[in-house]
Amino acid sequence: MTGPALAFLGDFGEAIEFIFKERESVSGGVQIGGLPEMLGFTATHMYVSIVALVIAAALAIPLALWLGHLGRGDFVATATSNVGRAVPSLALLAFFISFVGLGYTNVIFVLVLLAIPPLITNTYVGVRQVDRDTVDAARGQGMTGIEIVRKIELPLALPAIFGGLRTSAVNVVATATIAPLANVQTLGEPIITPQTYGFVGQLGASILVAVITLLVDFIFARLQRAVTPAGLKLASPARRRRFPFPTRRSPKSA
Amino acid sequence: MPDRSDRSTAEPLEFREATKRYPGAATPAVDGLSLEVPAGEICVLVGPSGCGKTTAMRMVNRMNEITSGDILLGGRSVKDRRPAELRREIGYVIQHIGLFPHWTIGENIATVLKLQGWDKPRIAKRVEELLDLISLPPDTRDRYPSQLSGGQRQRVGVARALAADPPVMLMDEPFGAIDPINRERLQNEFLRLQAELRKTIVFVTHDIDEAIKMGDRIAILQEGGKLAQYAPPAELLMYPASRFVEDFVGSDRALKRLALQRVRDIDLWTAAPIRVGTPTSEARAKIEESDVPIGLLVDESGRPQGWLSERALAGERVTKDLRSPAEPLLDLDAVLRDALAQLLSSETRYGAVVDSKGTLAGILSLEVIQHFLHAAPAASPTGADLLIE
Amino acid sequence: MIGLPIAQGLQIQKPGGADDCVASNGFCPEWIVDNIDRYWTPLLEHVYLTVAPVAIGFAFSLALAIVAHRRRWLTGPIIGITGIFFAIPSVAAFFLLQPITGLGYTTAMVALVSYTLLIIFRNITDGLRNVPAETRDAALGQGMTERQVLYRVELPMAVPEIMAGLRIATSTTVGLAALAVFAGAGGLGSEILVDKRFKSNVVVAGGLAVLLAAAFDLMILGVQRLMTPWRRARA
Repeated sequence: MTGPALAFLGDFGEAIEFIFKERESVSGGVQIGGLPEMLGFTATHMYVSIVALVIAAALAIPLALWLGHLGRGDFVATATSNVGRAVPSLALLAFFISFVGLGYTNVIFVLVLLAIPPLITNTYVGVRQVDRDTVDAARGQGMTGIEIVRKIELPLALPAIFGGLRTSAVNVVATATIAPLANVQTLGEPIITPQTYGFVGQLGASILVAVITLLVDFIFARLQRAVTPAGLKLASPARRRRFPFPTRRSPKSA
Repeated sequence: MPDRSDRSTAEPLEFREATKRYPGAATPAVDGLSLEVPAGEICVLVGPSGCGKTTAMRMVNRMNEITSGDILLGGRSVKDRRPAELRREIGYVIQHIGLFPHWTIGENIATVLKLQGWDKPRIAKRVEELLDLISLPPDTRDRYPSQLSGGQRQRVGVARALAADPPVMLMDEPFGAIDPINRERLQNEFLRLQAELRKTIVFVTHDIDEAIKMGDRIAILQEGGKLAQYAPPAELLMYPASRFVEDFVGSDRALKRLALQRVRDIDLWTAAPIRVGTPTSEARAKIEESDVPIGLLVDESGRPQGWLSERALAGERVTKDLRSPAEPLLDLDAVLRDALAQLLSSETRYGAVVDSKGTLAGILSLEVIQHFLHAAPAASPTGADLLIE
Repeated sequence: MIGLPIAQGLQIQKPGGADDCVASNGFCPEWIVDNIDRYWTPLLEHVYLTVAPVAIGFAFSLALAIVAHRRRWLTGPIIGITGIFFAIPSVAAFFLLQPITGLGYTTAMVALVSYTLLIIFRNITDGLRNVPAETRDAALGQGMTERQVLYRVELPMAVPEIMAGLRIATSTTVGLAALAVFAGAGGLGSEILVDKRFKSNVVVAGGLAVLLAAAFDLMILGVQRLMTPWRRARA
């Protein structure tokens, strides 16, 4: 009963067992694995992710909304999306580890930096995509800039904004996996300490990371659809404008 | 430019009970269309939107497949060949032209030639010929569609369709996207081209005036893809076959007929040209013989000066005593509708028609025009005839 | 953005005393110059880890896009499946693949290829869909077969979008390739991990990655310009 297929299943089987049941560590002497420990890692993982996402959103979305309203952010949006994609998360994290040190602040800082570009780009593009005639009409009826943003541009740009949130969320959750390099014990901990957790531990943690990230992606996808007004959903592709820089998700970097 | 009028490669086209039915639709888009287009003629398909005119046209090159019935090109069913092959032998011009932006003008024009495997030198020569034909400079060949104006692109579209010298051409609102001023120019240029090339053309438009101007024969389609009438323009205007055709052509169809005619083509009334100093008895006799009961004073060369009053004929000899001026002087070569417009804008009952030298040629009046409109035409004039003089 | 930490942590040392610089973990230009050689191999590995996955991903995506162009209904499922590959974090993927492909370049390649699929596929498909209907109509009307229309008209016209997709995929892959070390492959990521606390090392390795991404970006942009002379021509 050997052969790669069963071995494959065997490894996965063991990994899943690792998630739920405690066992002795590879190096001996310590209990590893089991649900409590995994949940602990997951909690840390989600904590840094959520905090980072919230901060990034609070910073990036209002800024991009305003830039989009003014129509002045083309260069900023393209530049941040290009730079944001090109900087490897590992490099960024290591950079901050070497210059700032270890710990939660550092990690959250890095995650915020990674989350900002997709938020800026997508929000900006989302606002620019709002029909100019609609905005004109609103202005003609006497709405101030802020009112226009609040009542017209923001609601109509929500799908794009949520698209950006989706991308950023996935990026952040994925990158949080390598946070243990900075001594923050997220689900990446088993992955970077094979001497304790063994390959089984690495695999188990990977499975959890994959599942959680997919879940986050799914949830935000649903949210995005939920905020899309029925009218826009029915619009044919031909009516949606084309844009100079890509509006699609830049993937998570971890 | 080489004379092509005798080198006509055109073939006749026949719709035979051609029908197009879309699945799930209650009525057919084109219903049993039957008509024959003689080789070398322009058949215009015209009608309100939804009447199936574009669908019918696209059945010829099988961009829409025929549900039942047939279409014969030069006697051969279009269903005979594979669609791609068929289309390479049919010129195709559409409203938004559809030039390929990533190809030069030369490459665009040579589209079908390349598909047919012509060699490069032959293609180059043909492209040069065609650019000349559509009056564009030879260096246009290396430019890109984005660099040309709408009117120029339209002409390139026509050149592309003509490249392989196809026996039939299909044109779907080809001038629809052009502004009215350039549209008229392009229409005239096209008619001149057609006079040389004499292609068999199916031309779709929603504009009855364009149909009347461009067509040798007009097929009016009504909703449901039915043929309402198929006739030359003059016949259509004089004898509309149904209420629908009457309405579609417009209540001003009499005026539309006048747009197809020149003043010289109709029977004008005569007037007596009288010079100063002529014996009044002679003058009166002349006036008796002419159609118009008033004398027209002319100078030594026969150019009208004005209409004579009674006092002018009071004495022994005719004096220059005018009741009204000769103006407006109508041009013998003018389009009849324009001449009528001039007549209507003045207060005179009789309009003096003069030739290119200014000499009296006849008299035009409302009654003359009415008389013409009620008589059956000797020949069927078309918009093309007006251009080719 | 990065101002404050740099101001705090940067201690640029003057030359003469390289050992001191290293010992106190400053930013040491002399050390960099001396040790630049050790980055060469990782850089080459990184190039390989970027170019190969993008090339393979492009081939796959193009094939998929051409199939989905005729059978529109396939687009949804393809995007769904590639989307799942896309959402799984690379680190996790590197491990999930190991039971099947083992430790090393194969694992890294499989994972990196799967990330490029969604991006490139979506861009090619969008590019093809954006060809105006009348251009397609004219092409068919001139007598091109569907195949000829695709290869002579639609794909050439979609080049800008395809190139945009390649640029995104390439920059992304540069970033992800840094993590290939977890799959047992090399690349600049492994250099970073060798000494993640040493500033000079991190800056050089990370900086090289960013420069690499920028270089690829410009190259692809250059190729795009070459391939689309008609976009530069203006009346």
